[in-house]
Amino acid sequence: MRSCSGQEGERDVPTTTLAMHMSDGLLSAPTALLFAVVAIAGLAVALANARADLDDRTAPMAGLVAAFVFAVQMINFPVLPGVSGHLLGGALAAILAGPWVGALCVAIVLVVQALLFADGGLTMLGANITNMALIGTAIGYLVALALRRYASRSRAGLLVTAFVAAWVNTVAASCGFVLEYAIGGAAGYGTGTAALAVVGVHCLIGIGEGVITAVTVGAVAAARPDLIHLLRTGKQAKEAVR
Amino acid sequence: MSVPRRRFLLVFGLFVLVIAGGVAYFADSAPDGLDSVTQRGCTVVQTAQGERLEGHCIAQNVTKHVFSGGPLADYTVGGDDRWTGLAGVIGAAVTLGAAGGLFWGLRRRTGGE
Repeated sequence: MRSCSGQEGERDVPTTTLAMHMSDGLLSAPTALLFAVVAIAGLAVALANARADLDDRTAPMAGLVAAFVFAVQMINFPVLPGVSGHLLGGALAAILAGPWVGALCVAIVLVVQALLFADGGLTMLGANITNMALIGTAIGYLVALALRRYASRSRAGLLVTAFVAAWVNTVAASCGFVLEYAIGGAAGYGTGTAALAVVGVHCLIGIGEGVITAVTVGAVAAARPDLIHLLRTGKQAKEAVR
Repeated sequence: MSVPRRRFLLVFGLFVLVIAGGVAYFADSAPDGLDSVTQRGCTVVQTAQGERLEGHCIAQNVTKHVFSGGPLADYTVGGDDRWTGLAGVIGAAVTLGAAGGLFWGLRRRTGGE
């Protein structure tokens, strides 16, 4: 109620028109630090492995994939009355550009959002990167990899693979939040209820994520199937053996 | 057989611009899944300073973003959300520059062999 900034002012919640991701203060400082370390380690591994998937042909595509994930993340779609969701993009980026490059794409998006658009707290950047860029991307890609046989066999197989990978990606990322909150949620109450609610609502958001991912991957497959990493890797592996 | 790569990338890039600059206006303004759960138990009260939470919920611990006063904060330009499209285009361009630059620098030089 008080108008002066200071203690009361700090409680002001930023207007949430297009805001997403964890805000500063949701996790305790040690937990935030822990996941900053996890994020840096994960991104270092991704950086070391990304080079193998980048050449003159795929590097510009990968840059556009990151920009695409940024753009689509702006579009919140309704999932329940008064609740929206948006794309996370890890599975999408990994299917198109490979898991290592994909993780870097999502991480760059999160950094741009936090630094430029005040979206996602700076102290939560590590936790947000861990959830969306590392956990979501890795699990989503593993699902896509497991289904690759079907993906390369038919168009329907590719669309279903993209949908399922993206759905699992979303739910896995929300589980990352639950894990972080259980370790060091600043509020320290209602962990179980919050966990169920967060994972439950992300089961719905995952449907939107799945549709967007399937449509996008399907469109790229129609025009340039050779620019889809998931469909390329089998052949590349064979070439590497020669 | 397939679309020339340059044309494909151009169309993809234009598509990104259309989404960030136009479609973003149709985004749902309701809090997303994470925000809605962390705000459970609280009611959002409008004050002259903006929104404030009353009650007891996880989001009460949330502090203001360091850059909440920034020129592009909350995907607006200077707080004016009529410019969301411009903010989106700037964001997409910065992301393309950062990611594209990193990936171009990292790439294996296939031409030199």
